[in-house]
Amino acid sequence: MSFFSSENLEKAQVLIGLYPEKRSALIPLCHLAQGQHGHLSNEAMEQIAEMLDIQPAEVLGTASFYDMLHTEEVGKYLVGVCTNVACMLGGGIELLEHASDVLGVPIGGTTEDGMFTLEEVECVAHCDKAPCAQVNYRYFGPLANGDFDQLVDDLRNDRLSESVPPHGVLSQVFRDAPAMVPLEIIHRERRAMDDEKKARLAALNKDAGGNQ
Amino acid sequence: MSTKIVTARVGVPDSFLLSTYLDHGGYSALRKALSMTPEEVHAEVMASGMLGRGGAGFEAGRKWSMLKQDLIRYLVVNGDESEPSTFKDHLLVENDPHQLVEGTLITAYAIGATRAFIYLRGEFALGLERVQTAINEAYAYGAIGANIFGSGFSIDLVLQPGAGAYICGEETALIESLEGKRGFPRIKPPYFPAVIGLYGAPTIVNNVETMSNVPWIITNGGKAFAALGKGRSTGTRLFALSGDVMNPGNYELEMTSKTFRELIYDPELGGGLKDGRSVKAVIPGGVSAPWIGPDNLDLPLGQDEVAQAGSMLGSGSIIVLDDHSCAVRAVWRITKFFSRESCGQCTPCREGSGWIEKIMHRIELGSGTESDLDLLLDVCDNIAPGLTWPPQQTTICVLGPSIPSSVVSGIKMFRDEFMVHIKEEGCPFVH
Repeated sequence: MSFFSSENLEKAQVLIGLYPEKRSALIPLCHLAQGQHGHLSNEAMEQIAEMLDIQPAEVLGTASFYDMLHTEEVGKYLVGVCTNVACMLGGGIELLEHASDVLGVPIGGTTEDGMFTLEEVECVAHCDKAPCAQVNYRYFGPLANGDFDQLVDDLRNDRLSESVPPHGVLSQVFRDAPAMVPLEIIHRERRAMDDEKKARLAALNKDAGGNQ
Repeated sequence: MSTKIVTARVGVPDSFLLSTYLDHGGYSALRKALSMTPEEVHAEVMASGMLGRGGAGFEAGRKWSMLKQDLIRYLVVNGDESEPSTFKDHLLVENDPHQLVEGTLITAYAIGATRAFIYLRGEFALGLERVQTAINEAYAYGAIGANIFGSGFSIDLVLQPGAGAYICGEETALIESLEGKRGFPRIKPPYFPAVIGLYGAPTIVNNVETMSNVPWIITNGGKAFAALGKGRSTGTRLFALSGDVMNPGNYELEMTSKTFRELIYDPELGGGLKDGRSVKAVIPGGVSAPWIGPDNLDLPLGQDEVAQAGSMLGSGSIIVLDDHSCAVRAVWRITKFFSRESCGQCTPCREGSGWIEKIMHRIELGSGTESDLDLLLDVCDNIAPGLTWPPQQTTICVLGPSIPSSVVSGIKMFRDEFMVHIKEEGCPFVH
């Protein structure tokens, strides 16, 4: 049984075809799997391994290195409050405490209804909007406590479903480019380019020699 | 008004779309480059003197010259912007993705790359959408793919998302990640991916802002770029200003044209500090950099100027702490960051960052002792012997040796403040 839907299976094949070596598609396939299922399940990792000709343990071993790849279930909305320096100066640590109170979960916890998981995140490059938070990697800030409460209310009542898809869905734009230019053609072109360059350099040297 | 290069179209409605880009002369630089020889394109970038905008400040044209001329060679654009308080590439990928794509294609032509990759930080969901849309549009327009604009030059450009790891901004870790592995920095030597990089092939790794400057350089010439700025600091630079200022944001300024003081206080720029507060410290170039004090605010924003003052311009980020902010708390938070983001390969970094963070935290919370200050410096000395700047290295990459900067700066500049935390058993600041 395939973990990937038939539509995602096609996308996965396109992704694998982008690289000279298959394994480079590992992270993009993990994102694809999370987009389909919300997190990275064992079934997903097994299929990714099979498609990339590696062991499932290698997929897990790689995925476990990266903060965005979740091998366990997370809420529909992954709320990450930044407390790194710029946000800290703007009240990020206090915002995180407030978020924990409002959601009723500790850092790393998921609400009972499965709606929210709260994370403390490192700088997300939104420092001119400190203190900021990301929800499924969509950015909000600057956030006073009241703004945060409003954000949670909006999310809970599906008022932001257009701009914030469920956790796992990262980029909603897929590559629609035509097939890759065959490497034989590229290699032939580059050989010719390099030969022409050599010829130009030789001519330059010859001219320089003649002028002496 | 100073020249705007990389942010010229920021603020234009739909600046991220191909149609807008074309209305502003987009892709004419690529057409021009393709009518030149690759050496001529390279020569323009050499003439510009542009220093890489990632953080290390290595001259871009010289880096290209180091590329081993094997048949298979790659171009990788580093868009894994994660240095705390650096948010310039974030702006560029969301607002002007075509400029990035065009610069990447021109560079790929100049170095004869067989394939090009843009590795973008995974958390940039909108950035990923904008860059992928730009790539899709550029393929349809004939600017990427087979026989670009009928020039006989073909190349594919692939967007690679990261997945959340600061260390992947280190170029060899980024290459590992692009190969589908954990983002472990590679042991040096080889020192440069230009010799052994992606899949073992020669590879040029350049930053997003570096690539975004290339179209302008080709259109206006390397000399015009070099005419901006002073000394080694040519062109403009995108400064990401944050912290205790009225108007945090990205400001593109001609290199060396402004001082820290002007950037912070100019009403058109940082707009000064709140409620007549004063500057306590500035962290330039990312949290890996040593801090500078109020006595150094008249330094011009240039590569060598900041280096001579014992710090670095680095990634171009500038964090301002005012006199109501706690230096101990800031140092603690920075060390916590390094502790969380250490990849764990090297003992001094993995263990040292954790111990430093724990000691800093207990000082901030009021249970530190005076001997903790020596202990902190001792642990730092194990990571970067001698505590010099630039630091000595006991680790595979520079993440480890970056940890002591804030600790040493904090203790050196604000020893009294550390002592108050220890003697009064807590943080004296309101937050």
